[in-house]
Amino acid sequence: MIRPDAPVLLEIRDLQARVEDQPILKGVSLTIRAGEIHAVMGRNGSGKSTLSKVLAGHPAYTVTGGSVHYRGEDLLALEPEQRARLGLFLGFQYPVEIPGVSNLEFLRVATNARRSGKGEEELDTFAFEDLVKERLQVVQMDPAFLERSVNEGFSGGEKKRNEILQMALLDPLVAVLDETDSGLDIDALRIVAGGVNHLAGPDNATLLITHYQRLLDVITPDYVHVMAAGRILRTGGKELALELEERGYDWVDAELAATERAPAEVV
Amino acid sequence: MVAASLSTPPVAAARSGWTTALLAAAPGATGADALAATRRRAAEALQAIPLPSRRDEAWRFTDVSALTALSPSLLEASAAEMPAAADGSLRLVLDGQGDPLEGLALPEGIEPISGEALEELLGQVLTATGSDQLWPVLLNGAIASRVLALRVSGTIAPTLELVSETGTAAGVLPLRLLLVLEPEASVEVLQVHRSAGANLTSVVLEARLGEGATLRHGLLAPGHDAGCLLATLAVEQATGSTFRSVSAHGGWALGRLEPRLVQREGAALSGLKALQLADGRQISDTHSQMVFAGPDGRLEQLHKAVADGQGRSVFNGAVQVPRAAQRTDAAQLSRNLLLSDRARIDTKPELEIVADDVRCAHGATVSRLQLDELFYLQSRGIAADQAARLLLRGFCEEVLQELPAAARPWQPLASLLGEGRP
Ligand SMILES: Nc1ncnc2c1ncn2[C@@H]1O[C@H](COP(=O)(O)OP(=O)(O)OP(=O)(O)O)[C@@H](O)[C@H]1O
Ligand SMILES: [Mg+2]
Repeated sequence: MIRPDAPVLLEIRDLQARVEDQPILKGVSLTIRAGEIHAVMGRNGSGKSTLSKVLAGHPAYTVTGGSVHYRGEDLLALEPEQRARLGLFLGFQYPVEIPGVSNLEFLRVATNARRSGKGEEELDTFAFEDLVKERLQVVQMDPAFLERSVNEGFSGGEKKRNEILQMALLDPLVAVLDETDSGLDIDALRIVAGGVNHLAGPDNATLLITHYQRLLDVITPDYVHVMAAGRILRTGGKELALELEERGYDWVDAELAATERAPAEVV
Repeated sequence: MVAASLSTPPVAAARSGWTTALLAAAPGATGADALAATRRRAAEALQAIPLPSRRDEAWRFTDVSALTALSPSLLEASAAEMPAAADGSLRLVLDGQGDPLEGLALPEGIEPISGEALEELLGQVLTATGSDQLWPVLLNGAIASRVLALRVSGTIAPTLELVSETGTAAGVLPLRLLLVLEPEASVEVLQVHRSAGANLTSVVLEARLGEGATLRHGLLAPGHDAGCLLATLAVEQATGSTFRSVSAHGGWALGRLEPRLVQREGAALSGLKALQLADGRQISDTHSQMVFAGPDGRLEQLHKAVADGQGRSVFNGAVQVPRAAQRTDAAQLSRNLLLSDRARIDTKPELEIVADDVRCAHGATVSRLQLDELFYLQSRGIAADQAARLLLRGFCEEVLQELPAAARPWQPLASLLGEGRP
């Protein structure tokens, strides 16, 4: 839902970042307002996950230029856990397995961290179990997954559902979902997309990183961005995704070459 | 180290002086108890050899100066507070002096061994496992005047919980245990050894498993910065028997565990799961030895260690597969977590394989906390230090969860990490 007067939740300006000595993000600009759903598409290796991890504060990436403001606050000055507590959520492309740490306990600690970030009271184990049982239904997940170690031995699709379960518990203001649709069977895709739609509201925003139109058939984006070589090369409405589906990314090379020749031009 | 006395004697003399002083404090060979003969032999042997030093291969990484800093006397029993025993646990409190069986009704199938039977059995498994001349065993033998010896037949429902608590008292507590499992017998035994001060818990367990017998064994030993633990676990297995041990020790100035197993005719199952922790200037050591004296034997061994601060972790896992031990299937894995730049981990498999038709897998990893795991937790609002604690806990729980249920009231993880101590 586009409302020009809605508050800006995330303002990314000319963001540049590298890993070790290799520049990866080369000037990303993006404004996200409350109520909006953005989709980011682009070839493998174009920098989509890097963008998501820089936003979440992954220590392997160094920001070398530009700025990110989250509800007016300098996001890059915050520790990863502070960002999460303030309502930024990253759904991982590759959720991490943590042997020996119970999923239920992990979810409880995370939920309480977020609650304290919202100035709410922490939940005791009983209250939390009630909450988690209710939220499990959003992703139609078997409670048995709560008893297991975080993501350990989960199938690809189960890991993604666990990510959405976390999103449902953490009640984010800005959710960045990195290929949450990949590896899902048709039913799971419907469930996950249903979950995202269910959680999307006028006060929060979603940034979907995806390769496929099929997700955007179920979650209608307000904006579609195409990333290439560490930049957003083009922005359009939902029809841009359909166009990509038809034309592929060949046009990207020509356009990239053009922008490289005229570096001053703002894309 | 600050010497307490003004004149500092030469180190070697001071060390053997420690043994001599301890022997002088012990009941000696004159007692009329069942262990008098053992004490005399052990005392002689002990005095003939020097203290373990770094020149001994088996003690290369394990400095015993924390031990010789202790008072060379026998520990006076002190009343210590213990958590209530778990349901289904039969707790025997060992203080080296009183009779742990006094006033207790042993369940059917367990009976004490005494008299000639005891004299004949005592030390047999130590000899069979090549443990009888180990320094910690000699030390124990030279000063222990009591043995808890039990014969088990049939299936025993309650867990036998053998507990010692040295508290803050000074000195040495020697504990001697003997278990004989008749064929097809099955029992669970949990050892708990705690300390809160500058003392040594010296424990020697001999276990003999008859054909088809099953012993589920646990050992939980949360120590103290100034305390020492020397624990030997000698196990002889007949064919078809199962021995599974889960152990966890940590927090000791010097904590050393020596499981020594022999499958007398092979065709038995041995499982060793262990966790050890070393923080501060602590040393945590495990020297395990598995001997397959016959074919078709199996070993499953997982050894995990955590070293933080300037702690030092030592693991040496010997596995002997002589020619007679065809079709042995042995797997040994050593997984180590290094939490500080000044901590040290030494881990070494020691496989001697002569038989040709065997499967012996072994591996060792040393790693730090995984950056991606930490980040994942942080990205969910969990602060870095809490995330590190969660990961550490996860690493430990893999072993701790397998301890007998009777260990739960002792709060294994919290006690090993030294949490909640006054
Ligand atoms: N930690 C890292 N170390 C080295 N190179 C990295 C690292 N992270 C990202 N890169 C490189 O940066 C580039 C962008 O990677 P990124 O994961 O952001 O791509 P992506 O757009 O998410 O691709 P995909 O669609 O395949 O998920 C790639 O060339 C990748 O190899
Ligand atoms: Mg990616």
